[in-house]
Amino acid sequence: MKTTRFFPWLGFIVGAVYFLVPLIATFEFSLRMQRGVYSFKAYQVVLADPNFQASFSYSAVIALMTIIVGIALVVPTAYLVQLKLPRLRPVVEFMTLLPLVVPAIVIVFGYLRMYNSSSWLPLTGSARSTDLLLIFAYVTLALPYMYRSVDTALRTIDIRTLTEAAQSLGSSWPRILIQVILPNIRVGVLSGAFLTFAIVIGEFTMASLLNRPAFGPYMQLIGANRAYEPAALAVIAFAITWACMGLIQLVASFSPGQKR
Amino acid sequence: MSTTALPATAARVKRIPWSWLGILPFLIFSLLFLLLPAANLIVGAFQDPSGNFTFQNILNLAQPAIIRSYTLSLQISAASALGGLVIGFFLALATILGGLPRWVRPTLMTFSGVASQFAGVPLAFAFMATLGRTGLVTALLFTLFDLNIYRGGFNLLSFLGLTLTYLYFQIPLMVLVVSPALDGLKREWREAASILGATGLQYWRMIAFPILWPSLLGAFLLLFANAFGAIATAYALTGSSFNLVTILLYAQIRGDALHDPNLGYALALGMIVITGLSNGAYIWLASRSARWIR
Repeated sequence: MKTTRFFPWLGFIVGAVYFLVPLIATFEFSLRMQRGVYSFKAYQVVLADPNFQASFSYSAVIALMTIIVGIALVVPTAYLVQLKLPRLRPVVEFMTLLPLVVPAIVIVFGYLRMYNSSSWLPLTGSARSTDLLLIFAYVTLALPYMYRSVDTALRTIDIRTLTEAAQSLGSSWPRILIQVILPNIRVGVLSGAFLTFAIVIGEFTMASLLNRPAFGPYMQLIGANRAYEPAALAVIAFAITWACMGLIQLVASFSPGQKR
Repeated sequence: MSTTALPATAARVKRIPWSWLGILPFLIFSLLFLLLPAANLIVGAFQDPSGNFTFQNILNLAQPAIIRSYTLSLQISAASALGGLVIGFFLALATILGGLPRWVRPTLMTFSGVASQFAGVPLAFAFMATLGRTGLVTALLFTLFDLNIYRGGFNLLSFLGLTLTYLYFQIPLMVLVVSPALDGLKREWREAASILGATGLQYWRMIAFPILWPSLLGAFLLLFANAFGAIATAYALTGSSFNLVTILLYAQIRGDALHDPNLGYALALGMIVITGLSNGAYIWLASRSARWIR
């Protein structure tokens, strides 16, 4: 038995090295801005950049809006499909998988053709309505993940009994969804939300093609023009992704009955 | 419990229209922001500039520049998917069936969750800092082993460089996708095989692999489509100089690089066909292999 452990360990260590070395290298690189001495200069420069602050908060707001729209769209749908309309399940699941089939760049290309300023619904006509289009674009991007985590969470609770109990006490449909169902699936909703945040915050293609001042295009611009700041940005972006995933694990651990 | 256990007063509320009404926003949203935009491009791919039906755009795809970009995209996707498949499989195998300590598996899974999402622009930065001309590993190899990989012909902004970069999210994705399948291999099967005198190799060839292959093929297709649709990493790494089909499409959307809008729609249609076929086959294979993973 002991000899067989060698290869598993070797595999694990090689994998760990492959994952960790780029992170260490990026971190080391980000500290090199001042010649001959390690410093956090690159981070100071990046964090003090007004464009960083503006683009980051823009993307954070868009991400939050995406999460809200996504939840409002996915929760009632997944609930109704499971409770009342099981025959629609294949249709809805097909829709939620479609964003994996059609690449993001193609989806946004379709938007630009369909919603340009001379179309029937000129969403790209003004900055505000383009923001709205970007939010919708991100909702589609997050749809597969959001739907799956909500649907899985709904399966672990007895929605039929909960619904009937609430109905017999005289609850309206919005109230059942918001006050009965939503609290019971909060773990699934939250993990979907954090995953959405991680996907949206640094997204490049859609924001860039819709010409919105988001964090992804900002990072790309810095990468094309600076040396050390990009490494600092990569470390920051990785920390955000890590935080989102950590939060998913954390909320999942609070609810022992539910598996992610 | 049956569906009719509602209070009698609910009977006057028309139930079926209500639930349809609740699902309507989702259906309208999918129609407006998924189906119609994609359909719009597909229709555009079969139209000439004045809107008449034509196959000319599809035929025009057969230009050397477009063929080259499709070829390069297909090659990079296949190479990074194959690399991710093999390395990710053995990594998952080592962690799940290798008898490593308990903490190894959750650590790998959490890390894979993060790393599989760590794509796009920051990933390009990370690899520039690692394997770029002034990157840490490049410098270390030079000081420790006197090995100048750039003089040796390596370039991060190349096929190999981009494949290595893509592997950073492909391997973790493979680990996440294949782990449930490996969990589905029951210990009893292995024991039964060895009692009947099978060697380890025979067990893998005749029992484990026939069960795993739909999952493995499906994972390959998923990884392939994942790489094929990606653009941000390549764009941030190489600018518009690297001729991937996504980068060509990006240039086309930005400034009509092909000088023919309808050819751009045909280019997009080609991408939908490729990712659609591979992802569609993945979804089919995943549902097929799901019966072993209970």
